[in-house]
Amino acid sequence: MSTFRQFSIYRYDPDAGGEPRMQSYRLEIPDGSRELMLLDALGMLKAQDESLAFRRSCREGVCGSDGMNINGRNGLACITPLRSIKDPVTLRPLPGLPVIRDLIVDMTQFYNQYRAVKPWLINHEPEPEIERLQTPAERDQLDGLYECILCGCCSTACPSFWWNPDRFLGPAALLQSWRFLADSRDQATAERLDDLEDPYRLFRCHTIMNCSDVCPKNLNPTKAIGKIKAALMKRVG
Amino acid sequence: MGIARRRFDCLVIGAGGGGLRAALQLAQEDLHVAVVSKVFPTRSHTVAAQGGINAALGNALPDNWHWHMYDTVKGSDYLGDQDAIEYMCRVAPRLVIELEHYGVPFTRLDNGRIYQRAFGGQSQNFGGDQAARTCPAADRTGHALLHTLYQQNMRAQTHFFDEYFAIDLLRDEEGFVVGALVLDIESGEPLVIEAKTTLLATGGACRIFRTSSNAMINTGDGIGMALRAGLPAQDMEFVQFHPTGIAGYGMLISEGVRGEGGYLVNKDGERFMERYAPKALDLASRDVVSRSIAIELREGRGCGPDGDHVLLKVDHLGADLIKKRLPGIRESAMHFAGTDPCEVPIPVAPTAHYSMGGIPTNLHGQVVAPERHGPEEAVPGLYAAGECACVSVHGANRLGGNSLLDIIVFGRAAGEHMAEYIRENPYNRPVADEAVDRAMQGLSRWDRKGDGISVADMYDRMSRVMEQNCSVFRTEEVMAEGVKRILELEEQLEDVRLSDHSRTFNTARIEALELGNLMEVAVATMLSAAARTESRGAHSHVDYPDRDDKNWLKHTLYLKDGHVLDYKPVRMRPLSVEAFPPKERVY
Repeated sequence: MSTFRQFSIYRYDPDAGGEPRMQSYRLEIPDGSRELMLLDALGMLKAQDESLAFRRSCREGVCGSDGMNINGRNGLACITPLRSIKDPVTLRPLPGLPVIRDLIVDMTQFYNQYRAVKPWLINHEPEPEIERLQTPAERDQLDGLYECILCGCCSTACPSFWWNPDRFLGPAALLQSWRFLADSRDQATAERLDDLEDPYRLFRCHTIMNCSDVCPKNLNPTKAIGKIKAALMKRVG
Repeated sequence: MGIARRRFDCLVIGAGGGGLRAALQLAQEDLHVAVVSKVFPTRSHTVAAQGGINAALGNALPDNWHWHMYDTVKGSDYLGDQDAIEYMCRVAPRLVIELEHYGVPFTRLDNGRIYQRAFGGQSQNFGGDQAARTCPAADRTGHALLHTLYQQNMRAQTHFFDEYFAIDLLRDEEGFVVGALVLDIESGEPLVIEAKTTLLATGGACRIFRTSSNAMINTGDGIGMALRAGLPAQDMEFVQFHPTGIAGYGMLISEGVRGEGGYLVNKDGERFMERYAPKALDLASRDVVSRSIAIELREGRGCGPDGDHVLLKVDHLGADLIKKRLPGIRESAMHFAGTDPCEVPIPVAPTAHYSMGGIPTNLHGQVVAPERHGPEEAVPGLYAAGECACVSVHGANRLGGNSLLDIIVFGRAAGEHMAEYIRENPYNRPVADEAVDRAMQGLSRWDRKGDGISVADMYDRMSRVMEQNCSVFRTEEVMAEGVKRILELEEQLEDVRLSDHSRTFNTARIEALELGNLMEVAVATMLSAAARTESRGAHSHVDYPDRDDKNWLKHTLYLKDGHVLDYKPVRMRPLSVEAFPPKERVY
C-alpha cells in the first residue's frame, strides 16, 4: 500500500510568459520507502515534471542551496522530514527576493550585503612562522558564527530586510560581521564598527527575531547583532 | 554564430577548495582570472568535508613530513607517485599554517596552536604508534576552509561567473587548450571564455553510484570534458568506499568519529575490527575497514531487520566531547538516522566517497597525456587539480585528511605554474569558430524533441549498474556483465530526451549535461576495473585476491575514442629521499 502526499508549489517561468501561479501535485510514496526528506520528494516530483526548478547540492544541510518557504516558514528542503510537514505541502521561493524561476530566487542582493561587511580576516602584522595563536576560549567565541551556510533563510524572513533591503544589511551579513569582530586574530575592529555606525545598516534590526527562529543551523543572528550594538555603545560611552 | 566572448588570462572551472586556492594564487599574481562554477562557490562539495586536513605539524604528538609520506605511500597500496607524495607532505605544514593566517577557524590546543586528531592510516616513525596529524575545525573543516578561501578571493577581487556550467574545453589545431564553452544557467545563453590557461577543478564523480556520500553536483564534469577533448582518465577503477555512511542514505559520518575514540560493532555487539586489523583496529585504512564491514554484512552479522548495516558507537565519549568536537555529525545523525549519537549508536554502511582516479597531471598540476613524445607530455594550457585530477598522491586508496591537503597543495601549485606559463606565453591564442561549433553540439543535442528515455530514468539505470557491478567486492563475472550493461546504456544515451526546452534556469538541461559526464566516468570506471586482474587498495577483485606487483604496479589510462585502455609506470622515485619499495600492507 502506497501513501499519497499533496503539494502546492509556486510556479513561474518567465519564458512561458504569464503570471506566477500555484500548481498542485500529488506524489505517491511507495511502501517501504526510507524516511524521506522534502528534497527527496521534490526530486521525485521533478522526475515526473522536468520543468519544476529548484536549487540543490549537498542534500545534507551544509551547502545552503535549497532554502525555501515551506508551509509559511523558511527552511532547507534537504533536512526537513516530509512527515514533519502537513498536507498540502505549500512551497514558495524565499520571500523578499526577485524570483528567477519557480523556487529559485536571485540572491545577488543578499551576497552583496555579505560582501559589504568585508567578511575576511584583517591583520596588519607580519605573518609569523607558526599559527597566530588563539586560546581555546578565544576560539570558542567563533562557535555559533562561522557555521553560517549563506542559505538566506534568516534575511528573507526579516521584516526590516523586506522594508529596507538596500540599506539594512540583514541578519546573515551582520552575523558574519560579528564573526570577524569576535575573532581574536582580527585587527579591524574600529574600521568594522565605523562602517556599521549608521541608522540603517545595523540599527534597522528591531529584534523581531525571525532570523534566529528560522535558522536551519540553529544560529542566533539577533544575539550577534546585539553584541555589535553593545560594542558600538561601549565605544561611544 | 553570435556567441558572446570574454577574454581572460586564466580560466578556473570549479569553485571548490582546489579552484579557489588556485584562483587566489593567480589573483595575487595580478592576473585576470575568471572562476566558473555551476553553483555559488560556497555550495561546492568541499563544504561537506568534515574531519580535517593532514600536516605533520607535530602539535599534539611528535611528527615528521617523512612519516606522513610513508603512510601515504603505504595507504596508496604503492600505486601513488612518490615524487608527488613527497612534495605534498613536505609543503603541508607551511600551507596549513597559511590557511590559518587566511582566517580558517581551526580547533585549538591550550597553547594556542592548532589541535590535531588521530585519523586512519597514520603512524609515527614509519609504521609505529598511532600519529595525530589531522587539523580540524571541529568536524566542519571543509566548510571552514571553503568559506575562508572564498572570502580571501573576494578580498583579492577574483572575477566569478556564478551559476555558469562548463560544457566543453576548446582546443586549437596544435593541441593548445584555449578556453571553454560555458552556459549561463540563469539566462540559458552560451558564452565563450578565452583563456591562456585553463584549470579543471571540478571535483569528484561518485554520483555514478546510487549510494554515495557525494553532493548531487559531483558529476565528473571535468573528467567528461577531458575525455571528450581526447585526453585520458587515469586509475578510474579506484573508487573509495567510505566505511561510515549513514545507513540507507550514504551521508558521510567522519572518520574523525573513530579518531576521537568511536568504534564499530556488529549485531552481536562484537568490536569486529579486532579480527581484521588487530593493531590499528577501527583506524585501519578506509579500504580495509569498508571490506571488513562488507564481510560482516555478507556473513549475516549486520544489524537491523535487513542486516544491512553495522553500528558506530560513540556514546561512551560523553556528550561534552561529542558536542564540542563532533557537532556536525551529531546534527547529521539526528536528521537522517533520527537518533542522538550521545545516546544511541549510529547505523552505518560503506558509501561511495572519493574518486582516486582522474585527469592525469604532474606535480605542477599540468595535465599530462601520451600525445606525441611519451606518456607524460604536458598538454599546453591545461591544468587539473583536486579530486578531478590524478597526480597521483592517493594511488589505490586515499588516506583520510589527505583530500583537503591535495586540493590546497595542488591548487596552489597549479596556480603558480599557470602564472609562470603565462609569463612565457603572454598572448591569447585565437579560438576558431569551428572549435566553438563542435562544443555547441554537446548543448544543442538536448534541443531534440520527441519521445525518449528521461534523464532521471537513465541516471537510475546507470547508477544501479555501477552499484551492482562495480562495488566494494568485484568478481570477473559481475564486472563482465557490468561492462556489457554500461556500454549498452552508453549507446542508449542517444535516445534520452528532454521534455523541457525552456531557457531560463533550466535545471533539467543541466542535469542532462551532467548525465553525459556521469556516463563518461561510469564507462571509464567499469572498463578500467574489469581489466585489472589483481586486488590493490580500493579495487578488491574476488577472483584475484592478491596484489600483483609484477604485472600491475602501473597506472591505468582510459581513452574514450574506441574505449582504449593503456598503462604507464608508477613514479617510484621521490624528489630527495629514498623510495619506499612495495611491501605487504598490514594494519
